[in-house]
Amino acid sequence: MEQEKNKTFIDKIWDLFASVKFAIIIFALISLTSVVGTILEQRAEPAKNIQILTRIFGESLAPTLYNIFDKTGFMDMYHSWWFLTLLILFSANIVICSIDRLPRIWKMIREPISPLTEEHLEKVSIKRELVVKGKPDTVKDFVTGAIKGAGFNYNESKEEKGYQFYSQKGSFTRLGVYITHVSILLILIGALIGIFFGFKGFLPLPEGMSSSVALLHTNSLTRTEEHEKERILDAIWTSSGSISSSSATLGMDENTLKAKMHKYGIQPLGFTIRCDDFDVYFYGNSDMPKEYKSWLTVIDGTKEVLKKTIAVNDPLSYKGVTFYQSSYGMMPNAQGKFILRITPKFGAPEIKQLNLGERFVIPGTTMEGTIRDFSPALSFDKQGRPITYTEMMNNPALFIDFKEGGKGKYSGWILKRHPTTAKLPEGHSVEFIDLWGVQYTGLQVRKDPGVWIVYLGCIVMSMGLFIAFFMSHRKLWVRIAEEKNNTKVIIGATTNKNRAAFEGKINKMITLLSKRDAETGSAGRRKVDG
Amino acid sequence: MDSSFFFGISTMAYILAMIIYITYLASGKKEIGIAATTVTIIGFISHTLAIGMRWKEFYDLSGMGFLRSVPLTNLYESMIFFVWCLILGYLIIEFKYKNRSFGAFVTPIAGLALAFIDLSGMSKEIQPLLPALQSNWLLAHVMMSFIAYAAFSLSFSTGLIYLILTTERKTESAYIFWTFTLGIFVTLFFLMGIDFFTFRVAVKPEVFIKSYMFRSSFFNPSMVVKILSWIAMIAIIVIVWRYGSVLKMVMDKFGISAETLDEITYKSIAVGFPVFTLGGLIFGAIWADQAWGTYWSWDPKETWSLITWFVYAFYLHSRMVRGWRGKKVAIVAVTGFVVAMFTYIGVNLLLSGLHSYGDIK
Repeated sequence: MEQEKNKTFIDKIWDLFASVKFAIIIFALISLTSVVGTILEQRAEPAKNIQILTRIFGESLAPTLYNIFDKTGFMDMYHSWWFLTLLILFSANIVICSIDRLPRIWKMIREPISPLTEEHLEKVSIKRELVVKGKPDTVKDFVTGAIKGAGFNYNESKEEKGYQFYSQKGSFTRLGVYITHVSILLILIGALIGIFFGFKGFLPLPEGMSSSVALLHTNSLTRTEEHEKERILDAIWTSSGSISSSSATLGMDENTLKAKMHKYGIQPLGFTIRCDDFDVYFYGNSDMPKEYKSWLTVIDGTKEVLKKTIAVNDPLSYKGVTFYQSSYGMMPNAQGKFILRITPKFGAPEIKQLNLGERFVIPGTTMEGTIRDFSPALSFDKQGRPITYTEMMNNPALFIDFKEGGKGKYSGWILKRHPTTAKLPEGHSVEFIDLWGVQYTGLQVRKDPGVWIVYLGCIVMSMGLFIAFFMSHRKLWVRIAEEKNNTKVIIGATTNKNRAAFEGKINKMITLLSKRDAETGSAGRRKVDG
Repeated sequence: MDSSFFFGISTMAYILAMIIYITYLASGKKEIGIAATTVTIIGFISHTLAIGMRWKEFYDLSGMGFLRSVPLTNLYESMIFFVWCLILGYLIIEFKYKNRSFGAFVTPIAGLALAFIDLSGMSKEIQPLLPALQSNWLLAHVMMSFIAYAAFSLSFSTGLIYLILTTERKTESAYIFWTFTLGIFVTLFFLMGIDFFTFRVAVKPEVFIKSYMFRSSFFNPSMVVKILSWIAMIAIIVIVWRYGSVLKMVMDKFGISAETLDEITYKSIAVGFPVFTLGGLIFGAIWADQAWGTYWSWDPKETWSLITWFVYAFYLHSRMVRGWRGKKVAIVAVTGFVVAMFTYIGVNLLLSGLHSYGDIK
């Protein structure tokens, strides 16, 4: 009794999950909530979303609505428990729908094709008839030849007045839909593996600095927490990633440190990454960036194991962790080094690293230069006065005073992006190669062991869709029966998809048969004539 | 002669083709039908040439690989390619179904779209590629997405015509649905026209679409204008609803069978859906994985393409599993396209995110 009741309950649940209606509800819920998620900026500052809400609903409603959305997790909705639940319900729906329908489909796939009776053959959806000369036994060969020509391997059965050939192709293509469903599950499984066993973080890495951790997204921290996070990061950076020595510096035991690191989203990499240099390249004279490049070095233990120049669309991977070029910026209050390449008119180039105000000599001459001023983005206003139009290094330039034998000679701007400014009248050249140590490269850091399953899912999905949309299960019956010393050929066929193409193929068979018929007919007549 | 010269020729050819197609439908003379097709093909060839020339111009200018120079990197170029796919899709249908009546609907859309692109002053300049776009995936991802959009727009027009032809009563939900949808389309088109004449002269084209769209109506600072715009929209919907039968009578004259429309709707989606899945979603994910370090980030564009995918998946399932035919699925097809268009244009205009290359700039 109890069991019976239980079963019906499970049956009910099963039926619910197997129904298209349920799928529609899930589709709709995922879609509608996602729409909200695209309007509210995810993981953004509260002020930003209050502004968005004010624009839509007016000032009076916005704060209340913000609170409601915030409480219900809409500000980071794609990571909320209820959205995850929807995705899980979606997967369950796919699994149960598929299992529910699979036995029937499986039967259709496994079912061998059998000859049809005359009245069944009358009823199939595609039907063609034709009469050819000769008895069934003589035309048999070229009829079966035409069937083979259409790409079917046939079975044969002897009938009262002739034969029937029957065949089917592509019965497995009925699985295309299920292959597609499996691929969706694979992608979701891959995504889950990524969420649980991987991480997604960020790392602003100044030129010349290295780090053995990446920073993950955390909930907003209080000021004291923020402070503690900074302290821990400092300790880790100075100890080049060693947990034991950092815990000693901080006066915490290792487990507490690990717990704090987890809380503050400090993710150990297992190795150290260093940014040797960063540079932006622009198109022509414009401020439109052409390429961002970071020169990175991976240090595992004490050895430099890998060096790579990364750019957008060209990341670096090491031990399952991948570094992507994502952003860049200037370090506040950083003291960089100006790197100059000085080439005397008669002599070899020399690289110099200098500070602001420092002096250099052009080798082999009495000429010397002093770096007086620097602009990250030099331009000139209408009056011809130099201005800095942005704080970013869009057009870095140095103002250099030149002297010869202690006497002032001339001074001027040398621009990094304009090599012609490096030429001095005397034939020497002073190139501004870089200001090194003031920019940081913003790296997106990711470890995702599930990505290969996601890719596998994508491949399976492409195959599944191809099978589901462009391949079909085709059945063919050809019956030849004697009719007044000639043979009547009846072709019957069915297909579950793309009927027009299959009909075309059958029409071709008919043309082929009638052509053969005409040829043999005329050959026979010629014989009579002779 | 540069690419815009050829775009001009195609615009004129498509509009001329529309006139000939309508004459053909009115007269029923075969020669006129052939002339209409010929003019459309001439427009299409010129259109193809223009795209090819722009590709070449971009290739010469950017100094990047040939495949990376594909002219599909801003709204202007993408819309031109979209129209190209639309005409190609139509020509395929014309040859397959041996039915020309549909041309009277597609050619004006193509001609008007090209003319609109030209008039709106969308940036036609060839711009160099941002670092994120410098990838070989650009060609496959963007091109396939637009082929899918074009297929979806074909299914939209056939679906809409199907609804117009098959609905009888004004109280029928399918009738209300199509008059409502058409009413909104007409209103938006009309109001955009008003925006165009009010602001286009005064402001730079770059700012126009981004900041001035619907400024003279829904987004007007004055409350009165705002309310009037809403009333106007409701009025237009009511008018379309009231006189929808006139449209039906006109459509009836074209003699397109409802079954053919239903089939073309399905076939277009059966092509568009897998192409969209592979090119839009899968290639997009692989590219995002390379460029941004995450194959799926719930960026608005991604989310909206997922919603689009859901709607068409629903279309296919309701047809295959539930055996829906006719009006019900036609409604889904029309809805799918509205969502797809939002994914294509609306997201860039209204929402912010990583995917902002389609901006008008």
